[in-house]
Amino acid sequence: QKTKEGFLTRLTKAVAGKSTVDEEVLDNLEDALVSADVGIDTTVQIIKQIEKRVAKDKYINTSELNNLLQQEIENILVDAPEQSYRDFSTPSGNKPYVILVVGVNGVGKTTTIGKLAYNFKKAGKSVLLGAADTFRAAAVDQLTIWSERVGVPIVKQGMGADPGAVAFDTVQSGVARGADVVIIDTAGRLHNKAYLMEELSKISRVIKKVMPDAPHEVLLVLDGSTGQNAVEQARQFTAATDVTALAITKLDGTAKGGVVLAIANQFKIPVKFIGVGEKMEDLLVFDKHEFVDSLFNLEGPETK
Amino acid sequence: MFESLSERLESAFKQIKGEGRITELNIAATVKDIRRALIDADVNFKIAKEFTDTVKEKALGQKVLTAVSPGQLMVKVVKDELASLMGGVESELNAKGSPAIILVAGLQGSGKTTFSGKLANYLKGRKGLSPLLVADDIYRPAAIEQLKVLGSQIGVDVYSEPENKDAVEIARNAIKEARSKNKNVVIIDTAGRLAIDEAMMKEVAAIKGAVNPGEILFVVDSMTGQDAVNTAKAFNDRLDFTGVVLTKLDGDTRGGAALSIKYTVNKPIKFISSGEKMDTLDVFYPDRMAQRILGMGDITTLVEKA
Ligand SMILES: Nc1nc2c(ncn2[C@@H]2O[C@H](COP(=O)(O)OP(=O)(O)OP(=O)(O)O)[C@@H](O)[C@H]2O)c(=O)[nH]1
Ligand SMILES: Nc1nc2c(ncn2[C@@H]2O[C@H](COP(=O)(O)OP(=O)(O)OP(=O)(O)O)[C@@H](O)[C@H]2O)c(=O)[nH]1
Ligand SMILES: [Mg+2]
Ligand SMILES: [Mg+2]
Repeated sequence: QKTKEGFLTRLTKAVAGKSTVDEEVLDNLEDALVSADVGIDTTVQIIKQIEKRVAKDKYINTSELNNLLQQEIENILVDAPEQSYRDFSTPSGNKPYVILVVGVNGVGKTTTIGKLAYNFKKAGKSVLLGAADTFRAAAVDQLTIWSERVGVPIVKQGMGADPGAVAFDTVQSGVARGADVVIIDTAGRLHNKAYLMEELSKISRVIKKVMPDAPHEVLLVLDGSTGQNAVEQARQFTAATDVTALAITKLDGTAKGGVVLAIANQFKIPVKFIGVGEKMEDLLVFDKHEFVDSLFNLEGPETK
Repeated sequence: MFESLSERLESAFKQIKGEGRITELNIAATVKDIRRALIDADVNFKIAKEFTDTVKEKALGQKVLTAVSPGQLMVKVVKDELASLMGGVESELNAKGSPAIILVAGLQGSGKTTFSGKLANYLKGRKGLSPLLVADDIYRPAAIEQLKVLGSQIGVDVYSEPENKDAVEIARNAIKEARSKNKNVVIIDTAGRLAIDEAMMKEVAAIKGAVNPGEILFVVDSMTGQDAVNTAKAFNDRLDFTGVVLTKLDGDTRGGAALSIKYTVNKPIKFISSGEKMDTLDVFYPDRMAQRILGMGDITTLVEKA
């Protein structure tokens, strides 16, 4: 158990000797949310909810505030469907279960794919990877190393090959081999580049030529240290590919990833995974309660 | 969602218009709006507070003339203050030494390897230097391959030791290699690391100690949020870096992290990286960055309307 001064501990100190949650407490709360990258709009919304309750109940002590806060934030976060990944079993009826992984440059797509493959394999599933990032220098080599590390097969073509063609080949090969899960890597792309987003839509369409209901999951990977721009990322990637799930990476650092609250608030996409390191074991299935807790844990250089 | 600063300010300005002077009272809402706009642009919340306090101080008591609207007045104060913060002395890249040594460091995925390639390309093409790229990331899968691909694209040699698991030794050997091959600048690409990863921070500090670089560049993703200050401070405490590189500015981020970093460590931003291709490297213009953070396109329109 690490020793960290939780936000709520600080909050308790701030309100010591006060009978109710006052302006100062709410200001503190605003600072805590904003510093976790929750963003102004969502922060204001949460504060307003708390204010309403305070106005109604008049007297609220800090432990009640704690619960209230936890509830409010959990309400914003979207629930993942019940069967989702708790044991890395795949929903029945989709064989192979096709996961398309998308996101801006350098967020951790390829690494997350390595981790997912590891988890599915550990759960006894047969996994096939598709190297549809044919653009970034050594991207295919990188995914190949992951496939070797985990011990799963990979479908690839040369650098510069058409990513749609690689995706098509991969799903087709997955069907032929009777694979349980197919995971397709794509090149990082900034969401404001229309031609690159169109390429993504095309990859998705090409996959449907093999399996009309695929991809079954479009996983948008977000870097946990990204600020408010992640909201735009969610908007544009959703428009191009119907994103069904989010993964937040690099939460082993000091960033909190609070921007997913703003995203959940607007786009109702569930977070399904958390990346907490560079090794294949460093993937967690998202847990609302733990996430909200961690939003208020002030670790890192500032408090050390 | 991204309501522009000008939209937010416009309504606030309407209230001040017609009053004789800017006062604590009539400016309160405006100051709050500016602060929130800065936070929306990912400026650290504490810095946004200090910044708006300064702006307020400067604006208080100023006469609101009929010729100049309060809007214009505030815009000018905000703009001047931000530009002066972002700016400072233009600083050239230190390419002295034989060879000159440049160390590149930062968080995972920030764009270090891509930037290293771009910098080599820039120094070769525009400064007529003969660079050596060093693949000193011994962790990330295919890191060496990645740098080699970039090196071959721009015709720059890449030094690597695929079997060596000692990044400090590789850096040292690379300098020897550069001397023997008459390379006059060495660019060392290091692995991505978190500021709180003690072992990894020790490693990069040891690389610095071993090769004594004239230039240490901290590479940061321009989309970074509130945590940018923590990271910049931690890297600066360890490396005392000489400059900052902002990457991925071809996106639509407002890039408030740039202000946070400048404010926190006060090191010059030396380059901006805006693309995946090797020729998308630029020197930094404080004024443009200030405009970007503020959404100045909008503000200019506002001034015209006012
Ligand atoms: N600390 C930490 N590092 C991570 C995590 N996930 C990925 N990384 C690192 O982030 C860097 C980028 O990861 P990649 O998987 O290559 O990212 P990508 O999105 O595939 O990048 P592009 O394909 O270039 O767009 C690598 O150094 C990874 O090791 C994480 O959860 N924690
Ligand atoms: N659009 C855009 N992409 C960039 C830019 N700089 C780097 N990238 C991309 O961002 C991703 C990560 O870049 P890298 O150079 O591998 O980052 P890194 O810091 O070396 O990553 P690690 O070594 O894993 O820590 C790649 O997909 C790059 O092509 C930029 O300025 N604009
Ligand atoms: Mg990748
Ligand atoms: Mg690298």
